[in-house]
Amino acid sequence: MNLSFPIELDFTLRTVALGAAILGIVSGTLGTYAVLRGHSLLGDAISHAALPGIAIAFLLTGIRSPFVLVLGASVAGWVGALLVLAVTKRTRVPYDASLGLVLSVFFGFGMVLLTFIQRMPSGNQAGLNNFLFGQAAALLPRDVIVMSALGVLALITTLVLWKELKLLAFDREFGSAIGLPMRAIDVVLTTLLVVAIVIGLQTVGVILMSAILIAPAAAARQWSDRLGTIVVLAALFGATAGVTGALISAATPLLPTGPTIVLCAGAIMLISLFFAPQRGLVAQGVKNRRNRKNLRELGVLEDLYTLARQHKNPLHPHQAVVLRTMTSGPESVAPGLVGLEKRGWVRSAGRDSWALTPEGYVAADLEFAKWNMDPAAGAER
Amino acid sequence: MPQLEIQLIAVVAAVACALPGAFLVLRRVSMLSDAISHSILPGIVLAFFITEDLNSPLLILGAAATGVVTAGVIETLSRTGRVREDAAIGLVFPILFSIGVILIARYAGGVHLDVDAVLLGELAFAPFNRLEFGGMDAGPKALWVMGAILLANLAFIAIFFKELKLSTFDPALAAALGFSPTLLHYLLMGSVSLTAVGAFDAVGSVLVVALIVGPPATAYLLTDKLSTLLALSAGIGATAAISGYWAAHLADASIAGSIATAVGLLFFAAFLLAPEQGVVAGIKRHRSHRRRFAQQMLLVHLLHHEGTEEAALECHPDHLQQHLRWKEDIASIAIKSALQDRLVEHDDGILRLTRQGRALARETMLA
Repeated sequence: MNLSFPIELDFTLRTVALGAAILGIVSGTLGTYAVLRGHSLLGDAISHAALPGIAIAFLLTGIRSPFVLVLGASVAGWVGALLVLAVTKRTRVPYDASLGLVLSVFFGFGMVLLTFIQRMPSGNQAGLNNFLFGQAAALLPRDVIVMSALGVLALITTLVLWKELKLLAFDREFGSAIGLPMRAIDVVLTTLLVVAIVIGLQTVGVILMSAILIAPAAAARQWSDRLGTIVVLAALFGATAGVTGALISAATPLLPTGPTIVLCAGAIMLISLFFAPQRGLVAQGVKNRRNRKNLRELGVLEDLYTLARQHKNPLHPHQAVVLRTMTSGPESVAPGLVGLEKRGWVRSAGRDSWALTPEGYVAADLEFAKWNMDPAAGAER
Repeated sequence: MPQLEIQLIAVVAAVACALPGAFLVLRRVSMLSDAISHSILPGIVLAFFITEDLNSPLLILGAAATGVVTAGVIETLSRTGRVREDAAIGLVFPILFSIGVILIARYAGGVHLDVDAVLLGELAFAPFNRLEFGGMDAGPKALWVMGAILLANLAFIAIFFKELKLSTFDPALAAALGFSPTLLHYLLMGSVSLTAVGAFDAVGSVLVVALIVGPPATAYLLTDKLSTLLALSAGIGATAAISGYWAAHLADASIAGSIATAVGLLFFAAFLLAPEQGVVAGIKRHRSHRRRFAQQMLLVHLLHHEGTEEAALECHPDHLQQHLRWKEDIASIAIKSALQDRLVEHDDGILRLTRQGRALARETMLA
């Protein structure tokens, strides 16, 4: 460890953290649209398709400048995305098959090109290999400058086109109907997605980049139903995963960056899936249980109320056995009665017989009176 | 000799991938092959720590189980209704793959198992790992492994052909008739996983996707019949394997990458030139529709004004553009094709229907 050079270490870490934060914010934002539109895997195809672009850019220029490589990656990623659209539109090959095809073929072609680069005298491939799994520690200030310039551009475009993109995600037909050029907006969004991906390639790598698009957005979706909130949360989650993962990986030997960031993003996703306040599985489970309990108690209350109405004294106790014969779920009678007793709506009258309390009778009257009227009255309603 | 063996391994792997791949493409779950081929990595690594042999049957089965589990996790996740299926795929496999990569980076640094090899495979080395049988050389291990998997896939498809066909094209009917689409789905996933595990060592996980999705997608552009589709997929896969091998040999490049490229080129050729589904055929069809429609419009127009006072005006070639609001090119296409087919003739500066033309115009009006 460079503990003797705290300033230098600090500087590297700051570069890495900044790069990872930009990557997380931009891919969280644009990933939201991809996820909401059901295009989650388009990112996977684009990021794999970027590989030959990186290789060609390097073969043509012979320099490993971030700008040149990012340009190559963008062009190739864009071509890949357009090919997916063209194949899906013009043939009967399904969308997912064209994704898989473009992804694997472009990647394979990229591998062929990488073998050429490996053999070039000047081609110390070390720089390019980072694009497979990402290497946060290798991020240089000039990389981060290119990343932030592109990222700011993408975010500004998203903000400017906020309404249009929202329409594209939720009601494309309506957008066309009011005269917006939805196809052009779709192309813009795809371009933004390409930008988000190439920003992350060097840090996360082509293989895992798509997860950084999907995970923060899918996590954010659990917390809110509003597009604005989801986008902001996704950017926040993306940045958190990016910075945490990149710092852990930079500080630990033998820990590749891409996978570490992906695991951080996956952890955020899992936490959201289970613990988000409304859509979360835990909250939903609690709610389901409460609903079931409530329904069970109301069922018993209704039966007891039916009996009470046929008796001169509505508060007269009735045998639980009778209640059990009245329902299709006799096993729910005992717990239902206990629950109702807790609410103070029934009271035990000894020897397993139960009576409505005055409060219980009022509650049942409010709840069921309208259903218990005779058919003639029912028809009037 | 190694050359021949490499090609043989590549062809066997290509055919083994294409068979289950055809069903993945038809069932619109192609990307599950991407997910499975990546997520078997942690399975391979863990099984490798136990068996220490990449070709051990135990490793192959253990890792293939990871693939089926992946498909199950993806389905469970999308069943919660919180995440769409495509997002679930895109979430699950990178996480599993990341775990595998980290395991390799941290604990398998010294052994023959590095990420590049898993991702890209190295077909060129496959013949060096040989299977010995009582001191006799029985050929490369990879060939035996892939051969066995090919046979397993063939048997699976032969036995369940009817069921697979039905549940692919009409899952509701299949379920109503008492075949379990779920069971078949997982059997298919098992077949894909087994193939992916067997092939990753030789050809790498990304090429597995190319071989699973590419040839069936290409064949899908060429035929409407399931059995033909299967045979064509296998043939296209084998063609890509051999041509990719030779391209790599000539250019001294990655074999797996070059086979994937060949898959892409074959698809592209079919995309452009397929007799019915191809882009060129589509454009031709569009043109001929346009021509026929324009011709019929012209005939009907002529019939309408035939023998009336304004015929001299309405049936004059220059006025068609105005009266039918046609652009110049469509008008000239219509007139030219109608003259060519002898449906109209020039008569004193105006167009006049011939007998066939009149008949066709009447027919068009009735239709």
